[in-house]
Amino acid sequence: MLGLNKADLRLFLIVVGMVILAPFILNPFPSSSGLAQFNAGYPDLMQKLVIFGIFAVGYNILFGLTGYLSFGHAAFLGVGSYAGVWTMKLVSMNVIPALIISVIAAGLFSLLIGYVSLRRTGIYFSILTLAFAQMCYSLAYSVLTPITGGETGLTLSLDDPRILGAAQSATGNTPVPNIFGFNMGQSANLVLGNWSFTFNVGYYLSGIVMLVAFYLAVRLFRSPFGLMLRAIKSNQTRMSYTGLNPRPYALAAFVISGMYAGLAGGLMVAMDPLAGAERMLWTASGEIVLMTILGGAGTLIGPILGAGVIAYLESIVSTINDNVLHGWFSGLPGWLDNTLVTIMHPFIGSGWHLTLGLVFMGVVIFLPGGIVQGGKLIAGLFKRKSTDASETTAKPSE
Amino acid sequence: MGILEVKGVNKRFGGLQALGNVNLDVREGSCHAIIGPNGAGKSTLLNVLVGKLIPDSGTVMFDGKPVLGRKPHEINQMGISRVFQTPEIFADQTVLENVLIPCFAGRDGSFRMHAFESIRNEEKIVDQAETILREVNMHNKMDMLAGSLSRGDKRRLEMAMSLVQKPKLLLLDEPTAGMARADTNNTIDLLKEIRESRNITMAIIEHDMHVVFSLADRITVLAQGTPLVEDVPEKIKGHPKVREAYLGDAEV
Repeated sequence: MLGLNKADLRLFLIVVGMVILAPFILNPFPSSSGLAQFNAGYPDLMQKLVIFGIFAVGYNILFGLTGYLSFGHAAFLGVGSYAGVWTMKLVSMNVIPALIISVIAAGLFSLLIGYVSLRRTGIYFSILTLAFAQMCYSLAYSVLTPITGGETGLTLSLDDPRILGAAQSATGNTPVPNIFGFNMGQSANLVLGNWSFTFNVGYYLSGIVMLVAFYLAVRLFRSPFGLMLRAIKSNQTRMSYTGLNPRPYALAAFVISGMYAGLAGGLMVAMDPLAGAERMLWTASGEIVLMTILGGAGTLIGPILGAGVIAYLESIVSTINDNVLHGWFSGLPGWLDNTLVTIMHPFIGSGWHLTLGLVFMGVVIFLPGGIVQGGKLIAGLFKRKSTDASETTAKPSE
Repeated sequence: MGILEVKGVNKRFGGLQALGNVNLDVREGSCHAIIGPNGAGKSTLLNVLVGKLIPDSGTVMFDGKPVLGRKPHEINQMGISRVFQTPEIFADQTVLENVLIPCFAGRDGSFRMHAFESIRNEEKIVDQAETILREVNMHNKMDMLAGSLSRGDKRRLEMAMSLVQKPKLLLLDEPTAGMARADTNNTIDLLKEIRESRNITMAIIEHDMHVVFSLADRITVLAQGTPLVEDVPEKIKGHPKVREAYLGDAEV
């Protein structure tokens, strides 16, 4: 079905299920309990999870398949964001044109950067992309202020020359992004006992876009084109002596992943119409590399998992502070409570990068294949146990 | 008229004359061996033929078309396939995928976006790949990772990858270097079989005289970048100049 084989179809359906049910899955704790801290089922975070999922799925097409390690993909995210805001300023507050223009702008931009950067491989390629991204950041921050809004970022204003739709809403404010009348911020709440679940328009739009993006990536992975991209990573010498020119394949992968980044950038401004230059900073480029490796580069589902884990850690761990900890340990003797809080203090709040760093180190050292490899190991353990069990039961009958 | 004609090729690396006025004529359907002591310029010549090196002067014609100035992938598309000294394969892919890549390369040329086709629907291509694997006796290892194969099997796989492209000329760079005697004999048998069943022209660069004299029907002896003699194997064996330059040491 859908042109996928059985295993891929099952994986895809699992992802579909997870996206639809995310408001329930991410809100497992009653809102009144102390553990509500760990609930992630609020619109901002859910949107972020799927948008970074799109970004990571696209990045994986370049890094996971061809092995080209780009340190400049945040630039395409930024270009997508700026293009999205400008489309909303000039054309319409409907997010569809904004998303389309974001993808096209990022695609053209990545064609330019990719064409130059792909003349080199390995570390030189990485450095070139890093240099380009930093140049974009600096330009957006200073010289290009009329286009990018410089330090303050690019936002909607009350006198935008919008072709379709008014410059101001009925109440005299800037209008909000919508899709055919549904505002992105609109939510429905479902309260069940102590639990409260939020269903947000923006989240479901992002979720559907991510599912489409993921489906296309799965098809690409199983296509002859995907095989060629893997061949680039495996052995470029063999490839060229097989009559294939690796360059156009690598460039195509670069542009496709750039377009995914642009789509993610467009969705970000569709959720919140503000684009800042810091979105292009090299730390943002590094984050996407972390997400892909953490989840498992070159695997289908890995990048989505990696993006989910990092976005979740960032939002949840960074909101925990000492008071929250004292609350958790209130049942313990005072000295133990204080010691525990002192030990944990560097890992929470603004120290969440330390937690992330430890998680990342652990994964890279013990599971070089990322979370996906970990999952496979666990699945393998269960399988062995069940086959062991069936063997022991089979023996007496012999 | 030869299928591959090398005329007056010169190549200098700094002060070293790696190739000095090399002329070579590989006839269609023959197995032409190029032998010579270390540093004779065999590998340099091969690299010129596949487009990796550009000589200072001279011409190389293949099938009536100039070769020089083309990139390796373009030369491969003309019908020259190279087999490496250490097998170059796609180590991270399965054996079947390794053969699928040249199959798709033959169908699509150097580049075609086919991101929404599914490999398993390309029955003709998969069939073609499976057939060649059966021919080189690798079909029971189809789902193994190529990197985990033994060296002899890697050689077979590389050969299959070349053969599936139906090349007009097979360039072999010391195909038995570093192999045990048994593996060497297997490779010789494999190459003989290929020659008998497919009638592919071969140019072979080799150190091992056993291999050369079991396969070649014409031999060129290179020494210090220039061809000394070119003749049939029987004549080469007894040639005094050759003995002096090369065989003398090898047959002690």
